[in-house]
Amino acid sequence: MTYTLKQLSDALASRQVSSREITTAYLERIAALNPTLNAFITVDPDRALAEADAADMARAAGSAGALTGIPLAHKDVFVTEGMLTTCGSKILNNFVGPYDAHVVSQCRRAGLVLVGKTNMDEFAMGSSNENSAYGAVKNPWDLRAIPGGSSGGSAAAVAARLVPVATGTDTGGSIRQPASHCGITGIKPTYGKVSRYGMVAYASSLDQGGPMAQTAEDCALMLNVMAGFDGRDSTCLDHGDEDYTRDLNTPLKGVKIGLPKEFFTAGLDAEVAAILQAAIAQFRTLGAELVEVSLPKTELSIPAYYVIAPAEASSNLSRYDGVRYGHRAADYKDLNDMYERSRAEGFGAEVKRRILVGTYVLSHGYYDAYYLQAQKIRRLIAQDFEAAFTQCDFILGPVAPTAAFNLGEKTNDPVQMYLSDIYTLAVNLAGLPAMSLPAGFTQQGRPVGMQLIGRYFAEAQLLGAAHQFQQVTDWHTRAPVLTPLN
Amino acid sequence: MSLSTTDVSRIAGLARLRMNEAEIIAAQGQLNGIFGLIEAMQAVDTQGVLPMAHPQEASLRLRPDAVTETDRRAAYQAVAPAVEKGLYLVPKVIE
Repeated sequence: MTYTLKQLSDALASRQVSSREITTAYLERIAALNPTLNAFITVDPDRALAEADAADMARAAGSAGALTGIPLAHKDVFVTEGMLTTCGSKILNNFVGPYDAHVVSQCRRAGLVLVGKTNMDEFAMGSSNENSAYGAVKNPWDLRAIPGGSSGGSAAAVAARLVPVATGTDTGGSIRQPASHCGITGIKPTYGKVSRYGMVAYASSLDQGGPMAQTAEDCALMLNVMAGFDGRDSTCLDHGDEDYTRDLNTPLKGVKIGLPKEFFTAGLDAEVAAILQAAIAQFRTLGAELVEVSLPKTELSIPAYYVIAPAEASSNLSRYDGVRYGHRAADYKDLNDMYERSRAEGFGAEVKRRILVGTYVLSHGYYDAYYLQAQKIRRLIAQDFEAAFTQCDFILGPVAPTAAFNLGEKTNDPVQMYLSDIYTLAVNLAGLPAMSLPAGFTQQGRPVGMQLIGRYFAEAQLLGAAHQFQQVTDWHTRAPVLTPLN
Repeated sequence: MSLSTTDVSRIAGLARLRMNEAEIIAAQGQLNGIFGLIEAMQAVDTQGVLPMAHPQEASLRLRPDAVTETDRRAAYQAVAPAVEKGLYLVPKVIE
């Protein structure tokens, strides 16, 4: 079951296997292992098999595309017509999508077979997946460890080979950090490349969808399906269609990789640092040139992010009022009481915290000191990257300061949890594309990813560099050994 | 800066979140921790720096003034907590 998207695509194209056979095999694996991992909130075998049969018919009729018939899971943040879409929250525990998100319809159009929806931190707020109303996800490499968040269910599902590919979203690192912690590959595209239509909003100026899979090549194939202009998202960019596989075979000779000195300091775990040094050496043997660069405002990305994201979240989440959809409290005395009780019952602790922070920073008299100041710092952070990119083609660094920590280790200390986002937040604030790919394992056997950050619209180049690395390393081919619960 | 329990209670009211006294006290400590982290931002000189809302400075697009949506009221109301005759039901607001 360690087949990549590319291998499955080739096997389907040469009629060695049918979509029904592939889909059945993955559904059996989900049934056996999901009780251990809790990676899925919803699995719909009947629908998946019906879609698989439709894919097989399309292939017989000669109308199949490269990914027709391949099973996929969507993060439960993507609204899916006729399927429960909870966003990891109790407040949406009865919300069956009345329409398809753009990403969902793109995947459907490509003939991918939807097997279910993956677990996530509630409203994508979290770095450990422990904020889900549907229980924490376990890391397939070590069941005591977090899978990362917020796309932890998608990362665990791909790592455990429950699906060959899944979608994720990344507002402050939510694709890259779980990809790193679960030993898979994931990319957050340039802000505006993937439509946010039907993607439940957390922080709209930062949210961006992207693929999570075993390899960079698979991510490129998936991004070809997911990305593209959609007029229903007012911030989606009309940048033309492109083939994200175009640079996969471009050699790295003479390419300049920047190493930000602020990313390699005492805050970085020594074992993670050593793994990154080995990856850097590998890039050198591939012909790349390493240069030191500086991103002096890195530390400010934490306060700027934890103002902008909660501010936008408090506004976005005001829609959950118990009137048009979602949970409504059973008892209330008037309209305001109904709002207050429905929201108090429906939202979890971290979501409430961020709503409170956001409400405060946007309240009368505080806007300039917080939100506006954070948006100015956001520009300074973007300018840091602009300056760095005059010296290099892309940037390499850690994804997280440590490998996956243990479940329960940071749940009582939000500030400690926020600080672990130090290497991923700046990318979202600047709106740049960035990815995580497997770089090694700790002594304890937990995966460690490395981050590649590119210029705006450099997804194909990043995926190419990652693919070149994956041609000479085998970290991405390793899979955890899992035994079903009895 | 330090938030009092009165501040937290006021913010919870603005956010339409019902919170009891114990929750307000717990939130006070956590919020003050978070704002301790955020304060680092205040020391930065941002005079003359333009705030950044969209990385590509994209502005909102205009579209032709034409009807593009179909009537999907029934589908959208199927997920509502309480509807009657095509209307969303809420507690009485005006006596």
